[in-house]
Amino acid sequence: MDLYVPILVLAVLAGGFAIFSVAIAPFTGPKRWNRAKLDAYECGIEPTPQPVGGGRFPLKYMVTAMLFIVFDIEIIFLYPWAVSFAPELNDAGQAIAPGLGLFALVEMLLFIVTVLAAYAYVWRRKGLDWD
Amino acid sequence: MNSIPAPTIEYGTLAPLLVVFGAAIIGVLVEAFAPRYLRKAIHVPLTLLSLAGAFALVLVQVLRGQVSTTASAVGALAVDGPSLFIWGVILVLSFVCVLLINDEGHFVASAAAVPGSADEEEAESAGGGHTEVYPLVLFAVGGMLLFPASHDLLMMFVALEVMSLPLYLLCGLARRRRLLSQEASMKYFLLGAFSSAFFLYGTAMIYGYAGTVSLPGINQALARGAALDPLLMIGLAMLGVGLMFKIGAAPFQAWKPDVYQGAPTPITALMASGTLVAAVGAVLRVFWVGLGNLDWNWRPVIWGVAALTMIVGSILAITQTDIKRMLAYSSIAHAGFLLVGVMATFGTAEQNASSLKAILFYLAVYGITTVGAFAVVTLVRDPGGEAGHLSRWAGLGKRAPMLAGVFAFFLLAFAGIPLTSGFFGKYAVFAAALDSGTQPGDSMGGWMAALVVVGVVASAIAAFFYVRVIVLMFFSEPSADGPAIAVPSMGTVTVIAVSLLVTVGVGLYPESVLGVADDAARSLFIR
Amino acid sequence: MESQIAEIAQHTGGVIGLSWLMIAFPLVGAFVLLVFGRFTNRWGHLLGVAMSLASFAVAVLGFFELIGFGEEERRRAVHLYEFIPGMVDMGLLIDPLSISFALLITGVGSLIHIYSIGYMSHDEHRRRFFAYLNLFVAAMLLLVLADNYVGLFIGWEGVGLASYLLIGFWQFKPSAAVAAKKAFVVNRVGDFGLLVGMFVIWTTFGTLTFQGLGEQITPGTENGTMLAIGLLLLLGACGKSAQLPLQSWLLDAMEGPTPVSALIHAATMVTAGVYLVVRSGAFFFPEGSGAALAVAVVGAATLLAGAIIGCAKDDIKKGLAGSTMSQIGYMMLGAGLGPAGYAFAIGHLITHGFFKADLFLGAGSVMHGMNDEVDMRKYGGLRKFMPVTFATFFIGYLAIIGFPLLSGYFTKDGIIETAVHHQPILGWLAVLGAGITGFYMSRMVFMTFFGQKRWADDAHPHESPSVMTVPLMVLSLGALGLGAYLVLSNRLMLFLAPAVGRPEELPAFHFTSTPGLATLALVAVGAAFAWMRYGRAEVPSVQPRGSFLTTFARRDLYGDALNESLFMRPGQWLTRIAVFFDNRGIDGLVNGLAAGIGGSSGRLRRIQTGFARTYALSILIGAALLTGALLLVGNI
Repeated sequence: MDLYVPILVLAVLAGGFAIFSVAIAPFTGPKRWNRAKLDAYECGIEPTPQPVGGGRFPLKYMVTAMLFIVFDIEIIFLYPWAVSFAPELNDAGQAIAPGLGLFALVEMLLFIVTVLAAYAYVWRRKGLDWD
Repeated sequence: MNSIPAPTIEYGTLAPLLVVFGAAIIGVLVEAFAPRYLRKAIHVPLTLLSLAGAFALVLVQVLRGQVSTTASAVGALAVDGPSLFIWGVILVLSFVCVLLINDEGHFVASAAAVPGSADEEEAESAGGGHTEVYPLVLFAVGGMLLFPASHDLLMMFVALEVMSLPLYLLCGLARRRRLLSQEASMKYFLLGAFSSAFFLYGTAMIYGYAGTVSLPGINQALARGAALDPLLMIGLAMLGVGLMFKIGAAPFQAWKPDVYQGAPTPITALMASGTLVAAVGAVLRVFWVGLGNLDWNWRPVIWGVAALTMIVGSILAITQTDIKRMLAYSSIAHAGFLLVGVMATFGTAEQNASSLKAILFYLAVYGITTVGAFAVVTLVRDPGGEAGHLSRWAGLGKRAPMLAGVFAFFLLAFAGIPLTSGFFGKYAVFAAALDSGTQPGDSMGGWMAALVVVGVVASAIAAFFYVRVIVLMFFSEPSADGPAIAVPSMGTVTVIAVSLLVTVGVGLYPESVLGVADDAARSLFIR
Repeated sequence: MESQIAEIAQHTGGVIGLSWLMIAFPLVGAFVLLVFGRFTNRWGHLLGVAMSLASFAVAVLGFFELIGFGEEERRRAVHLYEFIPGMVDMGLLIDPLSISFALLITGVGSLIHIYSIGYMSHDEHRRRFFAYLNLFVAAMLLLVLADNYVGLFIGWEGVGLASYLLIGFWQFKPSAAVAAKKAFVVNRVGDFGLLVGMFVIWTTFGTLTFQGLGEQITPGTENGTMLAIGLLLLLGACGKSAQLPLQSWLLDAMEGPTPVSALIHAATMVTAGVYLVVRSGAFFFPEGSGAALAVAVVGAATLLAGAIIGCAKDDIKKGLAGSTMSQIGYMMLGAGLGPAGYAFAIGHLITHGFFKADLFLGAGSVMHGMNDEVDMRKYGGLRKFMPVTFATFFIGYLAIIGFPLLSGYFTKDGIIETAVHHQPILGWLAVLGAGITGFYMSRMVFMTFFGQKRWADDAHPHESPSVMTVPLMVLSLGALGLGAYLVLSNRLMLFLAPAVGRPEELPAFHFTSTPGLATLALVAVGAAFAWMRYGRAEVPSVQPRGSFLTTFARRDLYGDALNESLFMRPGQWLTRIAVFFDNRGIDGLVNGLAAGIGGSSGRLRRIQTGFARTYALSILIGAALLTGALLLVGNI
């Protein structure tokens, strides 16, 4: 049970902070309205086109977001590989554990080629064009 | 800092997988670079050759006696005898399904276009259907191969997703009745994602209990006799939800009729045969390899699921008016029959091997008969697509006696009439279940017998609706504006002929498949 | 006392090990032709012929391999596969008896396949016809080669199916469709007998293989169970072989194409009953038993009935059908006499296969040249227009009436003499039957080939193409010499001995025995009488009214009327009563049950709302149930 105490404490702290911030804001914040502030939070760019009357939402964002995630995860996957690629050295510069070496290089190239195939598909099918 | 050791990969053992996935990736490149008019001409041989090649590689392993007895790919996969048998079955089934897929007119020209819109008309008039179907099918087949061969739960989850994602898409690609198809796709996706989440959640819980996701590791943790932890039980239940969803056992069967009805029929055939085979294979592996030491706990629960599935499947099938929905419920009932067999895979190795043999046999013969039945469904057409409503099938026996006869035969095989393969399938599974009840130390002896009784009653109810369709086809007057019987292409003819041949052949000579299944089962899942 | 039947030895390898190919070839042929449909239209018939010939080749090679074994080792069982686990394995039994049948089936079958190329050349469904023929050959071979009753039964049903399909081949003719149905229904009665017989065998002996029965049954055992089995099997045999009282379908079966009549309803399938009796002879029909006597009586009664029917028919094929009934009656009579009669029964079966096929195909050739006219009163004087057909038909005719030194003479005389020796009354009835045979066959020949032309105006009789006449010539060669070869010096009897046993004392063939001479005399009288009535005198081209006896024969001895009043009418009444009670009582129950299930189905169906949210909820509930159940089970 001891294990869960810090978690509970953290949850209470986090929840408390969220409620506190939202509750305190109306009392302490300045109130100067303008049009941009009333817009949805979109980094200042108007979402185009607007769904009218709850109609179909354009898939462009969706596609872009998914592509972003795919390549994002690819990069993340590359990190541990890059770190373990070379043999591990001790302070004296001697190898104390073998690296992944050539095998992993080939595997990683294959992985990249695989993702590239999908990339090529998206590109050729105009998935990267905005309009 | 911990370094990652370089893994060893048994390329020879995994070759069938690599061939299928490799071909799928080449298929994606074909989609990217080949001009539209060439794509199908490249895809068809590529897909068929890769499936045939993978099958040949499976055969090579079996014939050279090189069935591996240890896990491959650093314990992620187990390519053992049952795996290879299931691979062989899946590859044959998917090969036949691809022949069906080749037929013109099953797939929509532009899936993204709104049904009935100008976009759609334009795409329609440009001709052809989505050729992405081929790489998608290959990915799905790859996932199906991976699923029952996964040796740890994470790998199994990945396989589950690789298998399911392309299928979600494929379901939405029917050319006719677009809305129904899109609805099917959406429902399948939502519910599939929901159940996958359960599976993943269960995996996490079990990891919490056992400290590993490797199936044999879990079993060892169970053997160490840790107290029956709620964590384990909840994890097990969640895992079960994910698996039972995929095979369509009650109460997780609701998606099946909607999806089977909406999906393009060749894809339905692939799901009803290949996916079921793969999922049952995974169930068998999880329960035997991972939970073998827990059979006192999971067997009573599976008992209930099996009984419920058989009853729900066969009773609900009676009031169906759509042929594909009826076949979907029949598939649910068959999933129940298969679970009866799963109940018998516990205890000693011999006990497991004999039950496993029965299930493997059932899977093989049921799969091929299913594909044949759906192939026939593709041929009975209305102006708006396939003639799904059963009333349209009235009198088919008078208008197309050959086709109706073949379909009737498949239905009889589903019903398990002697001299069809279905009879021996059911007989083998029920016999294995009864046998297991007499094993020393089985506390569920009487329960097994009761389950078989439920199974037999469900079979009788099922036989009723199969025979009803036969009666409808042969003893009703055909309506004047009855459905057209499409002239079958060579591919469809081959599919029906092969299915018929296997259904008849195995019915007369069960030993042909039973022997292979026996060899495969004897080598057991790697534990 | 007879000598012992040889033990069955397991066999592997060699041609005999591959004897399943005999069945596989035509089966593949039928499958390809049926499944690939119109794709095979152009070459389908050739494939059919090739498959039949291939089967024949295997049979011949198997035969030579078999006679390479010593006499006591000529029963070879070939295990194929486990069929119904714990009950029976599928296997073939290659012994002198089965190989004789196999040779007959594939040999005559191939000839008839070839003949059909010509005969069916104008039929748009020729391919389907060959598919059915191939199916028939496969099923018939399974029937005779199976080493157990289950395999035999599957073949038995298979030939029944093929026969049904082929009788009704021209289903656009209502008479053909009705005939097919009649054959099917009457055969069901027989099949029922065989099936129940098999049940009794299984419950009594726990085995259905010939080998297993051979080990369990000491020859000559006779008790109530054995008698019951024997009579049940006899019922089966009567159905298939058109013996009294199940004879009525055979005459109608002539609605099928003539090659079918020749192959199935004369040469092979209808002899399956004889095969069944002879194969089971050592077990259930031992010499002198009640069952064997029943077989002989049925045979004798049928041979007379068939012959009398044959006298009155003007339809050439129906006349021949009556004669087939009659000749099978002879075989049954022989088969009811124990090992002494078996060899003659089988010998007559083989020679009959040849000369009856010859006669049927000859009749077909005549019909082919006469615009499918079957009424002999519309023939006459055809010998000049169809010399080859006439010559071959005439040889077949001489063979069937038992003209000295031709095939029928030896085999039929063998049966008659054995019968006179064992069952004098039945034997002399058989002599009488031979005399009637002399009359009706002569009548047929005279009406068809001699006398005045009585053709329809548009008839242009012509000789058939060589693809039809060559098989006729081959068959007539068999009709000429086969009998002498088989019977003289007891060749067939010695060959069959390992399979069916043989009498201790081998019969010697006497050309001048009393029954033999009496037979010849009666046949001569019959032929002379026919010459006076139909050869010399004018034959009216419209059927005269005829006496009471003629009408009796024309109506198939009132067999149909008897069936109708004895079985059909009461059957209909019974059905009506049953329907009444069924509607009120049983149906109420069944419908109630069905409605109950249907109702619960309808209610259950409502949970299938079509909303993904409901489905997701059901998954959630399922997950909760699963968790609850697992926790519950874990805590018990």
